This record gives sequence, structure tokens and C-alpha cells, in this order.
Amino acid sequence: MTFKPTTAIAALLLAVPTLAIAEADDDTLIVNDELEMVTKAAAPAHLADDLDEVISGWHFRSDETQALQMDDFDNPGMLGVELAIDAWETVEGTAEKSCASCHGDVEESMAGVRAVYPKWNEAAGEVRTLEMQVNDCRENQMGAEKLGYTSGALTNMVALISLQSRGMPVNVAIDGPAQAMWEQGKELYYTRTGQLELSCANCHEQNYGNMIRADHLSQGQINGFPVYRLKNAKLNSVHARFKGCVRDTRAETYSPGSADFVALELYVASRGNGLSVEAPSVRN
Amino acid sequence: MAKGVKPRVKAPKKAAAGETVTLKTLISHKMESGQRKNKDGSVIPRSIINRFTCAFNGKTVVDVKLEPAISTNPYFEFEAVVPEAGEFQFTWYDDDGSVYETAKKVAIA
Repeated sequence: MTFKPTTAIAALLLAVPTLAIAEADDDTLIVNDELEMVTKAAAPAHLADDLDEVISGWHFRSDETQALQMDDFDNPGMLGVELAIDAWETVEGTAEKSCASCHGDVEESMAGVRAVYPKWNEAAGEVRTLEMQVNDCRENQMGAEKLGYTSGALTNMVALISLQSRGMPVNVAIDGPAQAMWEQGKELYYTRTGQLELSCANCHEQNYGNMIRADHLSQGQINGFPVYRLKNAKLNSVHARFKGCVRDTRAETYSPGSADFVALELYVASRGNGLSVEAPSVRN
Repeated sequence: MAKGVKPRVKAPKKAAAGETVTLKTLISHKMESGQRKNKDGSVIPRSIINRFTCAFNGKTVVDVKLEPAISTNPYFEFEAVVPEAGEFQFTWYDDDGSVYETAKKVAIA
């Protein structure tokens, strides 16, 4: 972590222990007393020059917020998942099919899916996020209308699918046909935007663990998405979060679902390779 | 009946006689405060759960009055002594007159 000389001087002058909260904590995330998560892992090879360790955002939250994610009854994100379970069985569209008509039991058919997304789709010749895949299914298999990219219904469905991979290590492929998109995402990650001229890396790589005003900066890992945020009391998608972050640099944001954000999602997901899928996680 | 309302309770299936158990309850409800306005400027009418009760074999454990400041999906966690085998009855009262009920049986281990 970057050491801030100014903070140290202030701490010495005022004798205030400002560095006490500056680190990720050492708690262990065990969900429902049975499922232990990998929340700290050695950085994947492509990241080894920049970071030693990748750390889940769970470690940067308060004990109370952390506790919400340790029991499914306490986790408000599960309310969204419940809605999606109903939607999974609901017949929609001209083909008169539900998700279950083709995919059957969600627990079996969707196990491990989240861990490898975003993923290159050979037939379509593009990198697809889970949201794109669900919408493609709706449009071409069910004959139903697409859902809004960051809509509640789609985010809930992604949460349900992601839940089936909970505890599995994130393992996004960055080579082969996905490589060009990954390079584009990496470029975006290190590009400064907005009036504040901040890149993702300025906060989440160079300053994670420090405070940005009242917020405790994490590494910006997306292994826990969709994430239930206490601030807006709903599940939030990756792209909605990206949009919020870019907006906070006072820039015109990219659009959720755009190729730019898909590339960024692929790159950011790959930075969390090795961490457990935590969805639906709880953050503030 | 308001949309998307579903009560949930987590309670142990077994307890020792006289044991204190922890009960967790949550009801999904939008808890519209009556203070907000919609896009055309008119007030969205208040629609909340205004009372929650829990009873064990008919004897009151808690009786809670809820006010509009309580946020969406109200969650209560509390403790109760289980003197004998029986049933916890949980009841939520909606502003619109709806009553949502659920029950959990507890056996003596």
C-alpha cells in the first residue's frame, strides 16, 4: 500500500491514531456457518507487478455490515433472489417458455456459470456479460422483451444465477479471443476521467484501505456482484456501480451495457481471479 | 393487499424447556412513508405495516407499533422463553387492512 507521508505527519502532530482503520481487516467470511469464502488471495499473474494480494470488498466494511452477509436470513439481497426464483419459473414471450423450460433446476444448470463471466461467446463473436446472456435468451429463445440492463428484474435474475456459484473461485479467461476486449478494459482502468482526473487505479489500486473523505476505499473487486447496498436498499449491478464511480470523477459516463463497460467488467473481474464468488454481497 | 408482501421467520425447531431462543422476522414491504411525491408532484399515499405482534400459544411475546420512519422490509430480532412445546404466531397489520400471518412450531428437545 502507498504510504502517505502527510497522514503520518498529521498523526504524529496530533497523536491521533488515523492509521488504525487504514487496513483491510483479518476477519473470516463464513456464510450460514458452513461456507467459508476465499476473501484474500495471491494476485493473479497479470496483476502481480501492481498488487501482491487481491482482497474482497467485504474486508473494508464495518463489522455490522459484514455480519449481514454471513447469514442468508439477514442478507437483504436474498429478497431479490427470491423474486428471481419466481421469475425463473414464469412463462413469458411468444415461445411460451420460462427459464426453467430449457435450463431446469437453477441450482444444477447455473452452478459455476457466474465464476467465468464475462465470457467470449463463439457464436455471437463477442464478449458477453451475464446480463447480455440473459437478455439474449429472453429475446431469441423466449420471444420476450429485453429487460433494462440495470433494471431490478435483470439484476435480481443475475443475483440468482450468481448465487449458484457462491464460494467458487472467480476464473475469468483473459486470453484467446477475449484478449482484445481485456486489453481495452485495462486501458480504461488506467485512464483518468472527469474534472477530478481520476482513474479506477488512482483509488482502487494505489489508495485502497485509505479514506476518501468518509468512504473507506476497497480494491473495487466485483466478485460480490450483484451487491445489496444499504444506501439504496436494492441489488446493484456491476455497470450501475461503474456508472456511479465514473460519475463521481465528474465525467460523462459510459452507458450501462455499452462495449466500454463490458470491456471494463471483463478486466475488473479478471483482477479478482482467485477470490470466491460472493453474490449477493452486502455493502454500504 | 399491497404488492410483493411476504413474511419470513427464522426460529429453532427444537428447544429445551425454559430455554431462551432467538427469533428473526422479516416482511418484505415497501413501507411507503406518505411523505414522498411522485413525478407529477402529488403525494404518494402512506402505506406501511403499522403493527407487528408475536405470541406463543396465545400469550403475547412482543407487540410493536410501527411508524412511517421505519424503512423498507422491516426486520425484527428478539428473544423469547419457550416454557413448553407449542407454536409461535406472528402477525403483521397493513395500513390497507391486510393481515399477514405465519406460525412456527417449537418442540421440546
